[in-house]
Amino acid sequence: MIKAILIFNNHGKPRLSKFYQPYGEDTQQQIIRETFHLVSKRDENVCNFLEGGLLIGGSDNKLIYRHYATLYFVFCVDSSESELGILDLIQVFVETLDKCFENVCELDLIFHVDKVHNILAEMVMGGMVLETNMNEIVTQIDAQNKLEKSEADK
Amino acid sequence: KSKEAEIKRINKELANIRSKFKGDKALDGYSKKKYVCKLLFIFLLGHDIDFGHMEAVNLLSSNRYTEKQIGYLFISVLVNSNSELIRLINNAIKNDLASRNPTFMGLALHCIASVGSREMAEAFAGEIPKVLVAGDTMDSVKQSAALCLLRLYRTSPDLVPMGDWTSRVVHLLNDQHLGVVTAATSLITTLAQKNPEEFKTSVSLAVSRLSRIVTSASTDLQDYTYYFVPAPWLSVKLLRLLQCYPPPEDPAVRGRLTECLETILNKAQEPPKSKKVQHSNAKNAVLFEAISLIIHHDSEPNLLVRACNQLGQFLQHRETNLRYLALESMCTLASSEFSHEAVKTHIETVINALKTERDVSVRQRAVDLLYAMCDRSNAPQIVAEMLSYLETADYSIREEIVLKVAILAEKYAVDYTWYVDTILNLIRIAGDYVSEEVWYRVIQIVINRDDVQGYAAKTVFEALQAPACHENLVKVGGYILGEFGNLIAGDPRSSPLIQFHLLHSKFHLCSVPTRALLLSTYIKFVNLFPEVKPTIQDVLRSDSQLRNADVELQQRAVEYLRLSTVASTDILATVLEEMPPFPERESSILAKLKKKKGPGTVTDLEDTKRDRSVDVNGGPEPAPASTSAVSTPSPSADLLGLGAAPTAPAGPPPSSGGSGLLVDVFSDSASVVAPLAPGSEDNFARFVCKNNGVLFENQLLQIGLKSEFRQNLGRMFIFYGNKTSTQFLNFTPTLICSDDLQPNLNLQTKPVDPTVEGGAQVQQVVNIECVSDFAEAPVLNIQFRYGGTFQNVSVQLPITLNKFFQPTEMASQDFFQRWKQLSNPQQEVQNIFKAKHPMDTEVTKAKIIGFGSALLEEVDPNPANFVGAGIIHTKTTQIGCLLRLEPNLQAQMYRLTLRTSKEAVSQRLCELLSAQF
Repeated sequence: MIKAILIFNNHGKPRLSKFYQPYGEDTQQQIIRETFHLVSKRDENVCNFLEGGLLIGGSDNKLIYRHYATLYFVFCVDSSESELGILDLIQVFVETLDKCFENVCELDLIFHVDKVHNILAEMVMGGMVLETNMNEIVTQIDAQNKLEKSEADK
Repeated sequence: KSKEAEIKRINKELANIRSKFKGDKALDGYSKKKYVCKLLFIFLLGHDIDFGHMEAVNLLSSNRYTEKQIGYLFISVLVNSNSELIRLINNAIKNDLASRNPTFMGLALHCIASVGSREMAEAFAGEIPKVLVAGDTMDSVKQSAALCLLRLYRTSPDLVPMGDWTSRVVHLLNDQHLGVVTAATSLITTLAQKNPEEFKTSVSLAVSRLSRIVTSASTDLQDYTYYFVPAPWLSVKLLRLLQCYPPPEDPAVRGRLTECLETILNKAQEPPKSKKVQHSNAKNAVLFEAISLIIHHDSEPNLLVRACNQLGQFLQHRETNLRYLALESMCTLASSEFSHEAVKTHIETVINALKTERDVSVRQRAVDLLYAMCDRSNAPQIVAEMLSYLETADYSIREEIVLKVAILAEKYAVDYTWYVDTILNLIRIAGDYVSEEVWYRVIQIVINRDDVQGYAAKTVFEALQAPACHENLVKVGGYILGEFGNLIAGDPRSSPLIQFHLLHSKFHLCSVPTRALLLSTYIKFVNLFPEVKPTIQDVLRSDSQLRNADVELQQRAVEYLRLSTVASTDILATVLEEMPPFPERESSILAKLKKKKGPGTVTDLEDTKRDRSVDVNGGPEPAPASTSAVSTPSPSADLLGLGAAPTAPAGPPPSSGGSGLLVDVFSDSASVVAPLAPGSEDNFARFVCKNNGVLFENQLLQIGLKSEFRQNLGRMFIFYGNKTSTQFLNFTPTLICSDDLQPNLNLQTKPVDPTVEGGAQVQQVVNIECVSDFAEAPVLNIQFRYGGTFQNVSVQLPITLNKFFQPTEMASQDFFQRWKQLSNPQQEVQNIFKAKHPMDTEVTKAKIIGFGSALLEEVDPNPANFVGAGIIHTKTTQIGCLLRLEPNLQAQMYRLTLRTSKEAVSQRLCELLSAQF
């Protein structure tokens, strides 16, 4: 299962964190810092997998990450997930964000925390992959947007 | 922006939001949403949010989607499972679940899956299965319900009742909507791990689903085709599900699955349909999972070889990710009997990876793989490469490499001078990372093997000449010279006095424990070399020793000085006698590596490898206990610093005179033994040629075995797994040997804890001694209470005569000479029988090796025949055995001939081996 999904920028500022296992608030922050520390010191063009830090559960867990421009997308997963599958899932996540925000950038994540969570919720639930079909995800999000609009008009 | 400025800004904003929430004016939906979003962001930055929870809960009961959604979001992120608000939240969820509005139901299910507390499980675990299997539930809600249930099962498995719904969940694998199938597959995989029987039917459904996906054209699945790969995530999940089960028994299903796996392997060779990395990622995700399944089944040699070749290609791929994964998969492949040899052919590539990969994650995998593929044939090369890598290795993985080198060097040492050299090199290169266990172990081995002692003394003496040597080397050197310095004292270059001065030159640079050890070495010198006694007494008498601030050092100095002055030579010789051999034990290094890496990874490698009889302690028999007690003269009982290793052998070996009395110690009642469990006969046969696996399994209990044998001794770990969520009470396993068996086989074990918690596993160790050859197998009887009922299970324990085999290599000439010597009709037993399994050469070879004898190549003039040789070790005698297996492919028959010096042995071995083909 997916233990946590983290997005932070090149300076380690968190932009999204979603934990699928209960951790205390302090531990959550420590995990973000530890993960940033592990991921950011890696060169470009090395592999996208590494063993997880101690806080997230040590070597039974893997960090699978992608680095896009200013942002790191990191998924912490246990051994039951396919590494390449998760790597593709990150790609789907980013492409979906891109569609929903029309060229997503770091600021979108800051000003639309709720939207990002909603998009993620359409893809991953309770640490398991819920939906991988991008069109289906975007349809759901569009439907939500319409609903919001209609309520705002009232 | 400085840190303080940020905190100031945030505190101002928090105060603002607080006042808005507390204010008299009711906030409109938009403002509420705005402020809650701000709180979420502040929380994300790592600041405590201690208000707003109540407002969020109020939002849940709103009828407006926007408000409800933001309320749920706040709760999923900020409410932890022990909040007092859970009751209120549960109420809102209950309403939304009952609303039949799919959007609201989705929000509610998401919230349950996020929080996943026990209270939520109590409230909804009964409800959600109904939502999941109801005919009129929307697809998107079904998806959510499946994963929500999975989450609750993870937190509180006892609250999710199995029932009618399970069979309907299995049928979701046939659902039209692939999203539903994906979610359902995740759920079933997790449930099936704990309740394999209940979900057995999912195997055939998963196979047919998979088959439909892999054979579909890339456009058939429309949106679920990802960069020309049909439904990659679902394929991966299905392949994972299949890894919960053994290969399907139904030949049709099995055939279909094999076809699927072949198709996936074939596709890997096709040219890519797109240059995009997403295409190859998705395709390879499926491929790697298929390979995992092939390795898991470990039954189709053809597929295994193809898998191995495919991974071999990836080892050289330009994508780092693929190299990483290929190394990782090959590690598991290396432990399969069928493919161990094939994996070994890639050794050069892997060594090259170790030297040239830029990425430490990849190098780490290369180390793991080298460790896994190591056997006697390539150990010197692998150990040498690891040692040279160690000089430049990343600090983070040094300790692990040190442990691995130490284990491999010991395990595959043929020549113990090589072993000693390797460990000393290890200390030289990475002294700081050499843990206590490693240097304890080298001493245990040197003490137990008299053929290496002289060499060890010479080598440490030379190593100590280096101007700067690691303290660990001083410890090893001090110990070894103290015991065996006399073996090199004849050479004037290493005369007693020179040895002493060499050690003493390091003394002042060492820590207290090492100094204590050196003092013991000095007193041992007094006994070994009377001529240096005055010099040593002078050292002991000096103020820096006799008045040392450290109490341990002072005490040793005083006592040793006294001992050297008052005791007669005889007493000195007795007290300071050479250390007796250490009792056999599991390598402490191995235990340490296991602890470091988690038990699963290491043991699997260790146990499935086909090399037995490699432990160095195997050689000499344990020393008589009488000489050992006196070798510790002072109150500091760990005289020679071997804290972890007791200086006396742990009790005499189990005597054969006591027969099997000990076996029954923990069954107090005259228990009624259940008849043998059905099917246990099959499992029993499977263990004849292997040592590990699942011996028995029913709805409640799983019994797994791990065992190792060496000469006439063995050890078996029995794992009792409670598959239910309820305690087993009065859990009593009993080993029963029949009257015929008792005098020939000694079993010793300790009782296990009578309570086995739900989902827990307990372990029992059985020490085995083969006194004389035997034909029957002991019976393991297990009795316990589950719920209100009394359970009684009996299975045969696979301790068979062939476990005490030691393989013997010999040339053709020797073989036939011995064969002729055993030509007496009572010595030969022959059996002609029909093949029960496909007649595959590689499988047969693996089985003969697994049986324990050596497989002799190029001995029989007919290359189709198999011949083997080995020695059965029992406490009383050793029995040489020769065997020959002649397959007849046309008739699908075998002829098996066994020749040993003892008729009963020939008979039993023939029986056991015949059942394997």
